Amino acid sequence: MSKRIDVKDLNVYYGNFLAVEGVNINIEAKSVTAFIGPSGCGKSTFLRTLNRMHEVIPGAYAKGEVLLDGADIYGAGVDPVTVRSNIGMVFQRPNPFPTMSIRDNVLAGVKLNNKRISKGEADALVEKSLQGANLWNEVKDRLDKPGSGLSGGQQQRLCIARAIAVEPAVLLMDEPCSALDPISTLAVEDLINELKDSYTVVIVTHNMQQAARVSDKTAFFNIAGTGKPGKLIEFAETSTIFNNPSQKATEDYVSGRFG
Amino acid sequence: MTATMTPTRRRSHLTKGQLPKYAPWAVLGVALVLGAALINLIGFNAFGWGIFTAVLFTVGLVAWSGAVEGARKAKDKLATCLVVGSFLIAVLPLVSVIWTALVNGIPGLLTPGFLGTSMNGVTGAADNRAVENGTKVLGGVYHALIGTVQITAVATIISVPVGLLTSVYLVEYGNDRPLAKAITFFVDVMTGIPSIVAGLFAAAFFFLVMGPGTKTGAVAAVALSVLMIPVVVRSSEEMLKIVPNELREAAYALGVRKWRTILKVVIPTAISGIASGVTLAIARVIGETAPILVTAGFATAINNNVFGGWMASLPTFIYTQILNPTSPSNPGPSDQRAWGAALVLIILVMLLNLIARLIASIFAPKKGR
Repeated sequence: MSKRIDVKDLNVYYGNFLAVEGVNINIEAKSVTAFIGPSGCGKSTFLRTLNRMHEVIPGAYAKGEVLLDGADIYGAGVDPVTVRSNIGMVFQRPNPFPTMSIRDNVLAGVKLNNKRISKGEADALVEKSLQGANLWNEVKDRLDKPGSGLSGGQQQRLCIARAIAVEPAVLLMDEPCSALDPISTLAVEDLINELKDSYTVVIVTHNMQQAARVSDKTAFFNIAGTGKPGKLIEFAETSTIFNNPSQKATEDYVSGRFG
Repeated sequence: MTATMTPTRRRSHLTKGQLPKYAPWAVLGVALVLGAALINLIGFNAFGWGIFTAVLFTVGLVAWSGAVEGARKAKDKLATCLVVGSFLIAVLPLVSVIWTALVNGIPGLLTPGFLGTSMNGVTGAADNRAVENGTKVLGGVYHALIGTVQITAVATIISVPVGLLTSVYLVEYGNDRPLAKAITFFVDVMTGIPSIVAGLFAAAFFFLVMGPGTKTGAVAAVALSVLMIPVVVRSSEEMLKIVPNELREAAYALGVRKWRTILKVVIPTAISGIASGVTLAIARVIGETAPILVTAGFATAINNNVFGGWMASLPTFIYTQILNPTSPSNPGPSDQRAWGAALVLIILVMLLNLIARLIASIFAPKKGR
């Protein structure tokens, strides 16, 4: 199921403002890739271009190629909706739908698209997705309760369950643990390690220990100054980035000597 | 006031310089007595007594507080007095209106058949007999109630889809385009249209389309919807705006199309606010008199057809009963019917507000674990 992503010369714009410039990156299938870098360097912006969520913002667009197993998601005639159902996303803040129960939240991707699904299949899908998100045991007795009644960490895992219920090839995570406590963070990190077996995972994080713990490869983004575009500085094996980076800026950042 | 509980815990220096708890009540008592004395100098009346008491209370409490507690606390007391005073001034007319409507309206409302009969065949002679013999007042508001409910229902059916779709365009698709800005501007203008102008517009419109002198409930409904649409647009727009963008993004990220996201995520999340906004818009137009007089005319008999014939409504019923009593020599029964109808109207509006609250709480996103 999982697919690789190859990005060639991608420039990302907000209106006339060039936010991210000239990114080339190859993300392997069934791997975890972490994006690190200071605030405002464009890593979240870049992540959102990988499933065309970026263009939801008025005036925002991207130029360049993003190949999902060789097919350009910015090609002519490509429907962003198809792209997004192939590349799922988990956001910084848990955002379960407040009007829906836990069960309906998991089934949201199916139900909101009005796909027919039998009750048996739906039950199986709910259990499989919640198992996959390590949440099944905690919520199996209250699937009909609203999702907003869960704790923050549980809500975030519910959002992950919702994202994997549509069986995407790639899962993008935009700082998924920044609003969580250490125990919930650990649960999500364990989950990321398991997800690697069947999905391509890309994660943006401010927590360098987290990047070191969960990712196979790490990309370091940086920005020259306010108003300048963000750039990909270095992309390598995680151990290389943290122990033996080739760029001075990377070394300064990972060793905390930044700025 | 220094209540020593234990020898070691005397009145602490932390609580020094405070007014005793009974201070406001003591000042109020003194103000009431002094106010009564003062008002008797110029002739007693309850309203003047209240004013004098309020002023004396404020001055007394602030002065005492200033002497004991210092300037900061005194200012705080002054602000509290002003806020409470403004609240009382705002609430008094409301209480007075409800009281007057209740006192005058209950005899009419409790007359048997008041809600179940129309004014058809009720003549001045019947009213004269009722006054002379002390028998029950004939006639009721049934026809007007039917008219009000039907005209308002049709107006709602017209306004809600138009208003809701407009607000969906403004919030979800407008993006501050020139068209969206123009719509916002004209909606604001429409909010300020005097209701009689809306009535004349509807009358003129149907005059052109259906022929001169077309007066039906439907024409009145069109006039009312002109007044309702801007209110519905404004309230639903605000409600759609406060739906967190994260929910839209969550739906998009699942591969859900924009129109489905709006239909199944955005509107359900905002539905309680939209529903109560619509109900308040109904409450706003249900009491309109002028546009109904020029569009639906006035009927004394029951007319169940919104699309044909003149129709009565509660406001126009009140208006004609007061202005042209059924029996010019004995306006008493007409007065009684008018106040009864006024009470029915107030109860109707209050019911609508209650329904709005109910809808809001039923549709509100579920809490709990």
